[in-house]
Amino acid sequence: MTQQLVLYPLLLQMFLSIVLMFCWRKISWQRVISIVGSIINVGVSIWLFSYIWENGTQIVLAGNWKPPFGIIFVADTLSATLVLLTAISGLAVSSFSSASVVAARLKFGYFPIFHFLLLGLNGAFLTGDIFNLYVWFEIIIISSFVLITLGGEKAQLEGSVKYFTLNILASMIFLTAIAVLYGLTGSLNMADLALKVAAIENRGLVSITAILFLVAFGIKAAVFPLYFWLPDSYHTPPSAVAAIFGGLLTKVGVYALIRVFTLIFVGDQFIENIILIMAVLTLISGGLGALVKNNLRKVFSYLIICHIGYMIAGLGLFTEVAIAGTIFYLIHDIIVKTNLFMVSGLIFRMRGTNSIRNLGGLYADYPKLSLLIAIPLFSLVGIPPLSGFWPKISLIIAGFQAERWWVVGAIIFASLITLIVIAKVWASVVWKEKKELPVRLNFRYFDKLITIRKAQMIAPMIFLSLVSLYIGFGAEHIQQVSSRVAGELMDNQQYIEAVLGK
Amino acid sequence: MEVILAILIGVLYAAGIYMILRRSLVKLILGIIILGNGANLLIFLLGRVVKGSPPIIPADSDVFQSVYADPVPQALILTAIVISFGLQSFAIILVKRAYKVVKTDDLDEMNAIDKDS
Repeated sequence: MTQQLVLYPLLLQMFLSIVLMFCWRKISWQRVISIVGSIINVGVSIWLFSYIWENGTQIVLAGNWKPPFGIIFVADTLSATLVLLTAISGLAVSSFSSASVVAARLKFGYFPIFHFLLLGLNGAFLTGDIFNLYVWFEIIIISSFVLITLGGEKAQLEGSVKYFTLNILASMIFLTAIAVLYGLTGSLNMADLALKVAAIENRGLVSITAILFLVAFGIKAAVFPLYFWLPDSYHTPPSAVAAIFGGLLTKVGVYALIRVFTLIFVGDQFIENIILIMAVLTLISGGLGALVKNNLRKVFSYLIICHIGYMIAGLGLFTEVAIAGTIFYLIHDIIVKTNLFMVSGLIFRMRGTNSIRNLGGLYADYPKLSLLIAIPLFSLVGIPPLSGFWPKISLIIAGFQAERWWVVGAIIFASLITLIVIAKVWASVVWKEKKELPVRLNFRYFDKLITIRKAQMIAPMIFLSLVSLYIGFGAEHIQQVSSRVAGELMDNQQYIEAVLGK
Repeated sequence: MEVILAILIGVLYAAGIYMILRRSLVKLILGIIILGNGANLLIFLLGRVVKGSPPIIPADSDVFQSVYADPVPQALILTAIVISFGLQSFAIILVKRAYKVVKTDDLDEMNAIDKDS
């Protein structure tokens, strides 16, 4: 029963998408199947996580080929945590999209593709084979292409051309990097690669391969010089799609960076310095971008970029404390960013616009919902004791220990800018007096939705806000998880032994 | 053989990136196709080119007798070809739709997303 446990989240998502494809035109069935399936998926992921927590890293050999041959699935604590977070965000977005995505879009296979996207995400987190990681990345991007273009509005198509080009370029660079790595080592299994790359004498070639991986994953994760596709495309699709993209897609890039640079390319001072410089510039440029934008979703898009910088900074510092901070931030960020884009969707439903200048008076009209919106907004800033506060302590401590003052400075500067941005958003969206907006025809405002649709929009926000509050108030538990992950990542022998069994 | 392939791959990469950097969307697709072919040939080259010795163990032996061609790169290339084929066909449809809606194939004129900044 538990022998193939690692594969269950994958199989469940694949099963769901196939079942959903049989109900192509029956939207109300699709809504039910998707939500029920996502709830089961959360259960399975909790099962996987608790099993890994008690029994340590688990592996599944595809076709029973002994490693390093054949494809292998590895679930260590990091993978299991991310699969669990994917399931939680997936459940929230599944419920949110059944209320907020219009029926015309749902008729063209929104839900099957959505579950294929989750399948790709789970696969990327669980695989232990570098070429298989490429294949999962392709499943992720082709599903995301469909989701981002579904509907075919003008802005959407323009945004998706940019999204498409940069992502496919990243895939090509990733494939090139795999080719060079295979040429150097003759292996694709990540644990085996870790051993073989460490033994290569020509370190120049290894550094070049590492740079290729850094650029490929850097585009996916949207770090400093490579992020321009993100703010141009993330505000164009429906906010449910933006929620799953903002919460999880860039984080796959971060996960791949963490995995590759803690397992395969370890201890290269040159690469670590490059990662740190990228992180600092990402923090500053993302924050400044958020400061000048007027569209709510563009502001949140720039904040995604800004906060990727924290995680990359932890990776660049490369101490156990810093990696623990990165993992904690990753856990916090996935939940909060998913929630924020749903908030922007809710505000759009209430007012018919996302322009900060024209919004206002939310507190006067919806006092309780405004308080709900406050939770993700202030968690993002990291006002203690909310969830964004704790990982920053770890990162700043690690910066002090490594005596890299400029990194600490950038972390504090980005926190300050986030505070200013969120204060501006809060003041002008929630507190400012309401402006009379032209009434949009054929637009279903939030007040006119039936009660069950309202509940389907609000419930996932309450759910994710509760998770955020738990991350903030139960920080001790999350810190335990991230410390254990950091311990596993810093000592890559554990991973290698679990896979190769030496 | 290796030298010719290496030069060919270099030319393909250069041409692909040059085409992607152009503003026209059709050239963008051509660039993606050329770059994809370059990457596939790179895997082929780096998997070591061996002529005339397929990885088949003779009937009267338990192990390989001599140097053999590595079959893994071929599996990788096959996978990559299929994936890039799917992506390219999506790209063509996307560009066609974008051209119909926006009525231009010049990337610089696609600026509706910047208006509501």
